[in-house]
Amino acid sequence: MFLGFSENKKLVFPLSIFFMVLALGLGFVDWNAPGFYFNNMIEVNNESIVFSSIVISSAILVLMLSEGFKDFEFAQPAEYYALIQLSLVGTIMMISYENLIMLFLGIEILSVALYVLTGSDKRNIRGNEAAIKYFLMGAFATGILLFGIAMFYGSQGSFDIHALSGLEERNTEELGFLWIGCTFMLIGLTFKVSAAPFHFWAPDVYEGAPTIFTAFMATVVKTAGFVAIYRILSITFQDISAFWWIIIAILTCLSLIIGNVTAVKQDSFKRMMAYSSISHAGFMLMALLGDMEKASGTIMFYSVAYTLATVAGFGVLMAVSKHRLENGRPYEKIDLFTGLAKDNGLLTGVLVISLLSLSGIPLTAGFWGKFFVFSGVAAKGFYAFLILAILMSAISIYYYFKPISYCFSKAGTLSKVHLHGSTKLILVLCTIGTILLGIFPNVLRSIF
Amino acid sequence: MALAFSGLNLVLFGYALSVFKSGDGSTLAFSAPWLPDFSLSLSFALDGFSLLLVGLTCLLIPLIVLSTFKIKYENASLFYGLILLTQVALIGVFMAQDIFLFYFFFEAALVPVYFLSIKWGGRNAAKAVFKMFVYTVLGSLFMLVGLVYLYTKAQTGNMQAIVDSIEFLPATAQYLLFAGFVLAFAIKMPLFPFHTWQANAYSESPTAATMLLGGLLSKMGVYGIIRLVLPFSPMGVKEYGLLVLTLGVVGLIYGSIVAVKQSNLKRLLAYSSFAHMGLMAAGVLSGTLEGMQGAMFQMMAHGINTVGLFFVVKIIFERTGVRSLESLGGLSQDAPRLSIYFMIILLGSVALPLTNGFVGEFLLLKGVFDSHTLLGVIAGISIILGAVYMLRLFQKSMFGEKQNEGQTIRDVSGSESVVLLVISALVLIMGVFPNYILKISEPASLQLLEYLTQI
Repeated sequence: MFLGFSENKKLVFPLSIFFMVLALGLGFVDWNAPGFYFNNMIEVNNESIVFSSIVISSAILVLMLSEGFKDFEFAQPAEYYALIQLSLVGTIMMISYENLIMLFLGIEILSVALYVLTGSDKRNIRGNEAAIKYFLMGAFATGILLFGIAMFYGSQGSFDIHALSGLEERNTEELGFLWIGCTFMLIGLTFKVSAAPFHFWAPDVYEGAPTIFTAFMATVVKTAGFVAIYRILSITFQDISAFWWIIIAILTCLSLIIGNVTAVKQDSFKRMMAYSSISHAGFMLMALLGDMEKASGTIMFYSVAYTLATVAGFGVLMAVSKHRLENGRPYEKIDLFTGLAKDNGLLTGVLVISLLSLSGIPLTAGFWGKFFVFSGVAAKGFYAFLILAILMSAISIYYYFKPISYCFSKAGTLSKVHLHGSTKLILVLCTIGTILLGIFPNVLRSIF
Repeated sequence: MALAFSGLNLVLFGYALSVFKSGDGSTLAFSAPWLPDFSLSLSFALDGFSLLLVGLTCLLIPLIVLSTFKIKYENASLFYGLILLTQVALIGVFMAQDIFLFYFFFEAALVPVYFLSIKWGGRNAAKAVFKMFVYTVLGSLFMLVGLVYLYTKAQTGNMQAIVDSIEFLPATAQYLLFAGFVLAFAIKMPLFPFHTWQANAYSESPTAATMLLGGLLSKMGVYGIIRLVLPFSPMGVKEYGLLVLTLGVVGLIYGSIVAVKQSNLKRLLAYSSFAHMGLMAAGVLSGTLEGMQGAMFQMMAHGINTVGLFFVVKIIFERTGVRSLESLGGLSQDAPRLSIYFMIILLGSVALPLTNGFVGEFLLLKGVFDSHTLLGVIAGISIILGAVYMLRLFQKSMFGEKQNEGQTIRDVSGSESVVLLVISALVLIMGVFPNYILKISEPASLQLLEYLTQI
C-alpha cells in the first residue's frame, strides 16, 4: 500500500497524505461486499471498513499537524512517515483479523513502529526512557498475548476466531485452558489501550514521546485496540461472556477511578491527557459491558468523538509549546496556556471545545459518546456502574477545566503564536466536527 | 445587532402569544426525529408554563443587552454572541418535550454564562464560577442517571409518553428519581443547603452574567421541578415533598437573615435572590393551586425585579466605584431619577401591594400556609426581614450623608433610562393586573395538580 519514496524530501509529505487518502477511498470498494481474504486470514465487512477509515482518517489528521516535521532537530521525516504507515497496516490488521495469528502480527507491526517513534527524538532523555519502558512492558504484554493465543489453540485446535464451539462437551480441564487463554489475551490487548491496571507505561510514554506521536498513540492505536477487543469478545468469546464480563467490569472500574482521580493532580498537560486517556479507556470498556449489539456503534462514535477532541487538544499544545522553550525543550505544563485567550482567540476556542468534548458537556460530540455508553449499560440494568461513571465524569470536569481557567487568567505571559496553514485547517476541522456531531449525532449513528 | 436579534425574538414571542389558546398545549408544537434508533426526537411545544418562561426570557434578554450599551467591552461580538447563545439554550429548556433534549439544553445554558464570567468577570471570577460549574454539573449528572433510568423503562424520551407509563414504576424507584432530580434543581436554584456557590458567583461575574444567572438560569430549577419532578415521581413528592418544602422555607429565612447582615451590594442581592427562590420551591411543592400559580407568577416577577436591581447596583458601582454599603450615601441628591426607579423596583421586591412581588408572594405564602400551617407562619416572617434588608439598602445608599463631597453623580440617561423605565412599568402593571399572567398558566397548573391527586 505505502512506502517506497524517499529521494525527494519535499515530496514525502504530500505523497504520503495522498496515498493514505487513496487507501481510504479504496477501502470503500468492498462496501456491502463482505468477504474473506488471504486464506481466511482477514475478514472485510462494512464494520471493518468503517473502522479502518476512522483509523486512516485520524492518522491523516495527526500527520497534517506535523507540518512536515520541520521543527524537529535531527529529524528524519521520511522514516517517520514510513513508520506511521507501517503501524497503520498493523492497525488495519487488528481491525479486520479473522485469525488470531493476524491479530498477533498486527499488534507486533504496530508496536515495533511505535517503540521507534516514541524514542525518535534522540536528544531527549525522557523520550529515550519512555521508549525503553514502552518496549520492555510492551514486549511482556505481547508475550502474554501470545501465550493466551497458544492456550486458545491448545483448547480449540485452531486459530480461527469463529472456532469456539461445543462448549457443553468439554470437561473442566479443557475449559481451564480456554479461560486462561481468554484472560491472557485480554491482558495483552488491554495493555495496548492503557486500561488500568495495565496503564503504568502510559503517562511516561505520553510525556516522553514527541507530542505528535503522543497524539497518534492516543487516537489511532486506541481505536484499533478497542476494535480488536470488541471483535474477540463479540465473536470468539461470546459464549463465555459470563466469564470475561467480570474481568472487563473490574478493568472498567479501575480505569475510571485511577484515570480520573490521578489526573486531578497532574501539572503536565501531556500527563493529564495520559490519565484522561486511561479514563476514556474505562468508558469505552464500559460500552462492552452493556448491550453487545449496540457496542460497535457506541465504540465507533466514542472513538471518533475522542479522536477529534484529542487531536485538537494536542494540536493546540504543539502550536503553543513550540513558542516557549525550557532547556531547549517545549514547555508542556498546564500553565503554559496562561493568558492564551487574550490574543489567540482561535486556539483558545479550539482548546476549550476539545476539552468540553472530553469532559462530556452537551453541544459537543463527547456528550453523545458518554450518553451512548450510559444508555447501553442502563439498558442492562447495571446502575451501579452508571453512578460510578457519573461521579468520575464530575471529577473529570475538574481537571479538564484547569487549562481553560488558565487560558482566561488575567496575567498573560504569552506571545503571538504563529500557526501553519495546515495546522489551522485541521484544528478548525476537528472543532467543527466535534460541534456538528454534538448537535446532530445521527450523522454518524446512521452508518450502522 | 444583538439587540436586533433579541428584539426579533420578542416580536416572535408576541406572535406566539397571540396564537396561544389557553389550555391547548399543542397549538405550538414542533417535532422532528433526532436519534431515531434511540427514539429521541427534537420536539418542542409551548404550554402554559413554557409560554410564561419563554416570554420572560424573550423579554429580559433584550433588556440585559440594552443594559450593557454604556460599556465598551473588548471583543464585544463574542460577548453578545454568548448572551444570545444563552437565550437559545434557555428557550430550548423551557420548550423541550423530550427528557434528553431538556437535559441537553439545561446543561448547555451554563456553558456560555461560564465563559461570560471568566472572560469579563472580576479578579476571582474564575474560581467562583468554576465552583458553580462543577457543582451544578455534578447535580445535573445525577439527573442524567434518573433520565437514563426513565428512558430504559419507557423506551422513549417523550415526556408525555413517560408520564403515561409512570404508574408502573415501583415506589423506591420514584423516591430515588425524586432525590436525583431535586438534587440537580436544588443546586441550580439554589436551595438551602446547596447555595454555597451562589454569592461568590453572583458577585464576581460581570453584571450581565449575574442578571442571566439570577433572572433566568435560576428559573430553570423551579421549572425543572414542575416539568420533571412532579410528573415523574408523584410518590416521591407525596412522601418527601414536605422535606424539600421545609428546606425551601429554611433557605428563605436563612437567606433573609444573611442578607440583612451583608454590606456588599451584589452579595446582598444574591442572598435575597436565594431567599426568594426558596419560597418558590416551597410553593411548587405545596401541592396547592395558589402555591403553583404563585410560583409561576413570582418567577416572572422575580426575574424582572432581579434584573432591575442588579442593574441599579451596577449603575451605582459605575458612578461611585464602591460596592460596599457603608461607603455609600446621599445618592438621591444627585440622581433623583435613579432613586425613583430604584424605589419602585425595590418595592416590587419587598412585595408591597400593587407591585408584582405582592401578588406572587401572597399566593405563595397562602399555598405554603394551606399545606403546612407552621411553615406558612414561619415563611411569613420573611416579608418583614425582606423589608428590613431592602429598605436598609435603599436608605443607606440613597439617603443619609453624602459621601465624597464635591463629586457629583450622573443621573441615569439614554439606554439606562429605557431599561429602568420598562422594568418599573412592568413592576406596576403586573401588580395591578396580575390576571393576564395567571390566566395563562392556570389550566396547566390545574391539570398538573389533578394528575398529582390521582396518584
